[in-house]
Amino acid sequence: MSDFTHGFWPIYISVLTLVSIIGTWVFLKSQTTRKLAPGEKPELIEHTWDGDLQDLNNPLPRWWLGLFYGTLVFALAYLVLWPGLGNYAGVLKWTQIGEYEAEVKAAETKFQPVYAGFMKQDIATVAADPDARAIGKHLFLTYCSQCHGSDAAGARGFPNLTDSDWLYGGDPDTIKATLTDGRAAVMPALGEAIGPQGTQEVANYVMSLSGRKHDAALAEAGKAKFAENCAACHMPDGTGMQAMGAPNLTDKVWLYGGSEATIIESISKGRNGVMPAMAQTLGTTSNKEAKLHLLAAYVYGLSQKQ
Amino acid sequence: MISHATIEKNLGLLIVLTILIVSVGGLVQIVPLFFQTSTTTPVAGLKPYTALQLSGRDIYIREGCVGCHSQMIRPFRAETERYGHYSVAGEFVYDRPFLWGSKRTGPDLQRVGGRYSDAWHVAHLMNPRDVVPESNMPAYPWLDRPLDGSSIQTKMRRLNLVGHGYSEQEIAGASAELEGKKELDAVIAYLQVLGTHAPKN
Repeated sequence: MSDFTHGFWPIYISVLTLVSIIGTWVFLKSQTTRKLAPGEKPELIEHTWDGDLQDLNNPLPRWWLGLFYGTLVFALAYLVLWPGLGNYAGVLKWTQIGEYEAEVKAAETKFQPVYAGFMKQDIATVAADPDARAIGKHLFLTYCSQCHGSDAAGARGFPNLTDSDWLYGGDPDTIKATLTDGRAAVMPALGEAIGPQGTQEVANYVMSLSGRKHDAALAEAGKAKFAENCAACHMPDGTGMQAMGAPNLTDKVWLYGGSEATIIESISKGRNGVMPAMAQTLGTTSNKEAKLHLLAAYVYGLSQKQ
Repeated sequence: MISHATIEKNLGLLIVLTILIVSVGGLVQIVPLFFQTSTTTPVAGLKPYTALQLSGRDIYIREGCVGCHSQMIRPFRAETERYGHYSVAGEFVYDRPFLWGSKRTGPDLQRVGGRYSDAWHVAHLMNPRDVVPESNMPAYPWLDRPLDGSSIQTKMRRLNLVGHGYSEQEIAGASAELEGKKELDAVIAYLQVLGTHAPKN
């Protein structure tokens, strides 16, 4: 790192490091006595403990000393080859970011031709390619499965991608647009506007649209309120509008649940379904465009019956 | 040179020499970091946590999230492909203490901001298996309770002592900002701001 606020710091680091290493060397040298001659007795230190315990000043084992000097030599060699002494970059010019960028570049060189091939094909063609599906599956598990599930069947509030029901449209380009830029659905809270009684009536009317068990009298009363409050997005016949991401209410697919209580909750509190923009999530990763293309193809392929 | 016997027999000298030896590593590796631009300057756009985010961060600490989630993306391709740009020091200027963590039972969270919708976080914190069936993360249903914001102004003033720079207006408005919020809202506000100032290239 060369961004110290003052030129003192690199010098401080270098001096302390080198003084420590050299100081350790000198200290070690000063404390290690000579090797005993054959037959020579080690020096007896002049004190006794507990009446009869004595202390011999034996020389340090040579193998142990050798290891210690070895670590000092290693440290000095390291400081010559790699950065460590202040601003000195080391003979090898290694940096962790340099190593990272080399790793990324190697991967790009390897994968670029594969991705480039798929980029030339349209999404429907890519979706039929087994290799593309294998790549797409891994991308999906990494970036999408947390919400849509590893089997892509979704969860409560997170759409199932394996059926043929689409909030925003299931053609290849729309899928790609959805996952690139994300979606933010706004179902307004209507509880205050239409009141508890009105909400229950509308809920029963909504249930009648898909043939669920409902209270016919309430549904009849809710019909006009639906036309007034809901039809602008869900259309007068309740079939929804993909431009708004307003779901079709006449089918059997319920994103948040189709019980009376849940529908009442949806109407009174509103819903805000958010699909995050993958262009942002994939931010700085390599081959972003190709990943979006392969993901779109994978998702498109999920609902195409073989 | 001082002899072995002299050092052993003078406890004061032994203590001084021991402290000297064990502090060399810190003096060389830690102290200079306080004088580096890259570690002391916030990255572009980074702001101190708002009152709500700060409260969420304290809950994150209280619940021990750091035990399973790191907030540190290392410069390896395997990590940047999954999480985004590797972490840089200037992103952590307002993190006191750091929540880098050292174990990933769950994924790294440093770039989790904006990755999932608020609704996803609510569902996931209430019961992770509602959205990720394979998850082994515990549920945190008790977060759905009112947030205790009584100490927020003291916290912000204390953080100002170390340079967070909250204005008097922000501190005065902190209690109002937390009014009627749940712990869940605070944690999600914190999670949603994480990593949003990551380097963009």
